[in-house]
Amino acid sequence: MTAVVDRPEAVPAAGPEGPDEPGGPRPSAPPSRQWANKLGGFALWAWAIAGLIFILAPILVTILFSFNNPVGRYNYTWNEFSLDAWTDPFRYPDLADALSLSLRVAAVVTVISTVLGTLMGLALVKYRFRAKGIVGGILILPLTMPEVVLGFSLLTLFVTVNWTRGFVTIIIAQVMFSISYVAVTVRARIRGFDWRLEEAAADLGAGPWRTFVRITLPIIAPGVVAAALLTFALSLDDFIITYLNSGLSETFPINVWITKRSRIPPQINVFTTTLLLVSILIAVAVLYWSHRQGRKLAAPGGRSND
Amino acid sequence: MARTAEVDDTASLRARHWWVPYALLAPGALWLIVFFVVPLFSMSRLSLEDGGLANYANVISDNSTVIVRTFVYAGLATIIALAIGYPLAYVIALKGGRFKTLLLALVVVPFFVTYLVRTLAWRILLLEDGPVVGAARTLGILGDDQAIVGSPFAVVLALAYNFLPFMVLPIYVSLEKIDVRLLDAASDLYSTPWRAFRKITLLLSLPGVFAGTLLTFIPAAGDFVNAELLGSERTVMIGNVIEANFGKEFFRPELSALSFMLMAIILVGVIVYARLLGTEELV
Repeated sequence: MTAVVDRPEAVPAAGPEGPDEPGGPRPSAPPSRQWANKLGGFALWAWAIAGLIFILAPILVTILFSFNNPVGRYNYTWNEFSLDAWTDPFRYPDLADALSLSLRVAAVVTVISTVLGTLMGLALVKYRFRAKGIVGGILILPLTMPEVVLGFSLLTLFVTVNWTRGFVTIIIAQVMFSISYVAVTVRARIRGFDWRLEEAAADLGAGPWRTFVRITLPIIAPGVVAAALLTFALSLDDFIITYLNSGLSETFPINVWITKRSRIPPQINVFTTTLLLVSILIAVAVLYWSHRQGRKLAAPGGRSND
Repeated sequence: MARTAEVDDTASLRARHWWVPYALLAPGALWLIVFFVVPLFSMSRLSLEDGGLANYANVISDNSTVIVRTFVYAGLATIIALAIGYPLAYVIALKGGRFKTLLLALVVVPFFVTYLVRTLAWRILLLEDGPVVGAARTLGILGDDQAIVGSPFAVVLALAYNFLPFMVLPIYVSLEKIDVRLLDAASDLYSTPWRAFRKITLLLSLPGVFAGTLLTFIPAAGDFVNAELLGSERTVMIGNVIEANFGKEFFRPELSALSFMLMAIILVGVIVYARLLGTEELV
């Protein structure tokens, strides 16, 4: 994921050699080879579609089984269609409480990590300074370690200083691994921007605050929003690090994990499906918004009149 | 405020504000140092308590099978994810056309479903009376008295599944960057498509393959969820040993040693792998 966001600045499509000319006269292959190519292309598509089915099958199963009326306490085998779980989503109070804790944790973690990570991303893109290499290294290192190591080592710290685990330690743990994602995402999205605009604003008499609100913020906004969404999703999703540092607190995944031997109710699927739909809606809305924002900034003589 | 300074030389402005980047970095860096770097030290210190390096020797001899199994499973899962992910990324990046965004969105949909629930869905798919067992029995691959859940196959498959998007996305990015005119040129110069693929596409996508394999292998090597939900006592991984033995209040030094060793092996592996593939482009 990290590799995705961190792209160098777009290379201009047409080089100095002149206009791009795709196609053009091409020697045509002999018919037998054309046949082989077609077959190869077909096989490639078939393989890719099989891969997509592999990716989506468990998701569809998760949604489908929110409509199951399971026999017994485990929602593992299809029995019959039912809306029971949807009409009674809060049947297990501990599960609902756990979901509510997950959402609260995600909100707090998103705010803290987005602020801290964005500041780091800004510093790394806009300034040259001596410790840059070290800071970059410390940012990347958490991403190259398995969660169980990150979580367990943090737990040894909390145990050493005798710090009771709970809401606060969950926040600490999740912010720890989210900062890197935010900094890397923000850095990738604002790289290559012309920061002289800020100096121009200052030259024209804008104070530091005004410059920040009118120039810096609109530039970094799409990257920051993307990073915030990523953090929220990571926080909701995280299990291993959170579990090791949660003490007696239960987030949604932790509740599912520790009750899995006594029950797997379809309410789990109801909550998951709802979160999935909400996430997709938000993601689409944000994509649309940042696309527009990008156009506004890129417009010739780009004047955002607001 | 700034107007009083009357500075038009940006270099001296920079010099005067040398502390600004450090001020921006400080809160985040402090968080990472206290809650990421310091814990690594506290863990290594704990791992040497009563016994010193003998703890490591004990942990390795007690868990040798588990350690080997962990890296074999993670390796197999990475290979499967690459075999599925590379062609998929290739089709999306180079043949996707106007469906590119949609196809890419479908690849990341699993991110919006909690990891644990995704793995539970595999349990549904692979259990007795599930579709996969039925199909495998009909085809005669699976005997009537054999099950999929509990087998190494189920664990490796689910590991490959759970980290597949991390494989697809970096490869997609590196393929997307390739200048298509290079392939046109190769074709104009009578290269076969296969040769053009090997000499151009594959070579230029190696940074993506590097990042993707690491982003799959590392979390797979530390995982305990898949082995617990889809495996049995025959499929225990390092993560499961840690998960089963970590106390809420107290734990033995061996557990820290095991965790530290897992980290060390992966770090060394990453460095060797980076040398082999000749790329430093991790992020």
